Amino acid sequence: MSELINKEVGEKGCCEIIEINALNKWYGDFHALKDIDLKVKEGEIIVVCGPSGSGKSTLIRCVNFLEKFQEGSIVVDGTELTDDVKKIRRVRSEVSMVFQHFNLFPHLNIIDNLTLAPIWVHNETKQAARDKALQLLDRVDIKDQAKKYPNQLSGGKQQRVAIARALCTSPKIMLFDEPTSALDPEMISEVLDVMVELAKEGITMICVTHEMGFAKKVADRIIFMDEGQIIEENEPESFFKNPESDRLKLFLDQILSQ
Amino acid sequence: MPIYPLKETRQSPQSQTKAFSWLKDNLFSSLSNAALTFIALYLIYLILPPILDWMIFDANFDLTADNDSCGREGACWAFIDSNLKMFIYGFYPQEELWRVNTMFGIIIGLVVFGSLIKKSQYRAHYIIGAFLIYPIVAFVLLHGGLGLEVVETDKWGGLTLTVVVAAIGIVASFPLGILFALGRQSKMRVVRFISVVYIEFVRGVPLITILFMASVVLPLFFSAGMDFDKLLRALIGITLFQTAYIAEVIRGGLQAIPKGQYEAADAAGLSFMKKTVLVILPQALKVSIPNIVGSFIALFKDTTLVLIIGLFDMLAIVGAATSNSSWLGRDTEGYVFVAMVIWVILYSMSLYSKKLETRFSTEHK
Repeated sequence: MSELINKEVGEKGCCEIIEINALNKWYGDFHALKDIDLKVKEGEIIVVCGPSGSGKSTLIRCVNFLEKFQEGSIVVDGTELTDDVKKIRRVRSEVSMVFQHFNLFPHLNIIDNLTLAPIWVHNETKQAARDKALQLLDRVDIKDQAKKYPNQLSGGKQQRVAIARALCTSPKIMLFDEPTSALDPEMISEVLDVMVELAKEGITMICVTHEMGFAKKVADRIIFMDEGQIIEENEPESFFKNPESDRLKLFLDQILSQ
Repeated sequence: MPIYPLKETRQSPQSQTKAFSWLKDNLFSSLSNAALTFIALYLIYLILPPILDWMIFDANFDLTADNDSCGREGACWAFIDSNLKMFIYGFYPQEELWRVNTMFGIIIGLVVFGSLIKKSQYRAHYIIGAFLIYPIVAFVLLHGGLGLEVVETDKWGGLTLTVVVAAIGIVASFPLGILFALGRQSKMRVVRFISVVYIEFVRGVPLITILFMASVVLPLFFSAGMDFDKLLRALIGITLFQTAYIAEVIRGGLQAIPKGQYEAADAAGLSFMKKTVLVILPQALKVSIPNIVGSFIALFKDTTLVLIIGLFDMLAIVGAATSNSSWLGRDTEGYVFVAMVIWVILYSMSLYSKKLETRFSTEHK
């Protein structure tokens, strides 16, 4: 009941759905993440940006445990991520990810790509999974390609399929790892449009992206990272108008002068 | 600034006839290519006519002829005809041959039926069922029991034996090979260590040694009463050998799978088993098809080595047939015939492999 009320109130929920405390990660000797603290509320849209190698991808990949971390804690929707396989899988079943290189399964056609996790992880019936998959494909505007294979589609369409696949398990949280970086310029907007639509629906999102227009439009908070740390975080307006740190100023200069 | 309008697309010019341009592109594109073409033609001229003379023009097709009346200029095909049963069935008892035929008949029937129900949702059940039940039926038919007279395995021979050994070697080594390939990639050190040791040990030993070990050394470990079948020992040896090669071939396929595929499967929450079976293996096996089939073709040829532990496969039958006084000296006919049969079988496997590749291809067509 309380869940229902929260949804009807509609505001970015009361509760933190992701809590990251003092997260530290090393690749060998390289200190990739340094004392990251981040709390994400239900329904919040977070954009993470920063120069390459700053640890932004590593950070969101820790959230679904694609990367192990050595220190600190991450709690996702009440489940703390440890080495416990069951807990990891529980978190992963609630968190979906969209990758830079789509990572669709090339041996399965589009519809089978979408229904794989619902059928084999969430134990849905084939028919239910198919119906839902077709609805989602319709939403990302590629229903007519359901029987094709990923390699037969353009990059933009593949990424839209990947988003639909991520949504197919009704996740509470969506992670986007530079979803438009591998796309030809003319295909970026078709993917961003889908993401904007999604943002309006109140799903929790963390996006690593360089698309500042997108950030301005939908983000509740923008996080700037450099050298494995969070340097600055702010609401979009102040983030762009009044950057405080020199590094962010420099970064914005570089990225916006293009 | 000028603006260029879009141009019409048009067909490529064809100044020469197709055949002429094909010749020019493929056989005479450069001076060295032309030279090679002529050398190849000369070699064909040297080799082909004598072969055709021996096989066809000087050959004796009279199937009632005997060794003396047949003549020596060309092939004597009556030899093949009168020994055909031996080539196919070895020393299997005459009155029980229907059992071998039934066994082959059933498998052909199963394959044909399987290809007819390609669209059926029960196809997977059918294939798994056939794989589980058919070997039992085949074994009872071939070996006996359940009211059928027992035919000991040393009576098996010829093409039957070749096919049985190759088929069992292929069917048994494939799943084992997959397990060892996965084992070699495993994060569990013990599993990986065992896999590496096994694969590298077996690959470092020739098949002939393994067969000797299986037939001579292995029995030393068993007490006198426990001696088990010679064919079974050979089969175990061949399977162990083939497993190591298949494992390496499949490992190559596994390595070709991009990291992103593992990550996407992990991120979706799939367990290790489901990830492996649903996402990784289908892709790894697909890229390995040419090498897997290549390895099976090599195995098929290697089955001739069972001769050295006293089993008579098709090749060994040639020796047995020509040592019969009524067909002395007809080895050439026998070996040519066996070569042709084996070539037909292996080339079919090769064609089937190509067909599989196109069927599983999901690229742009």
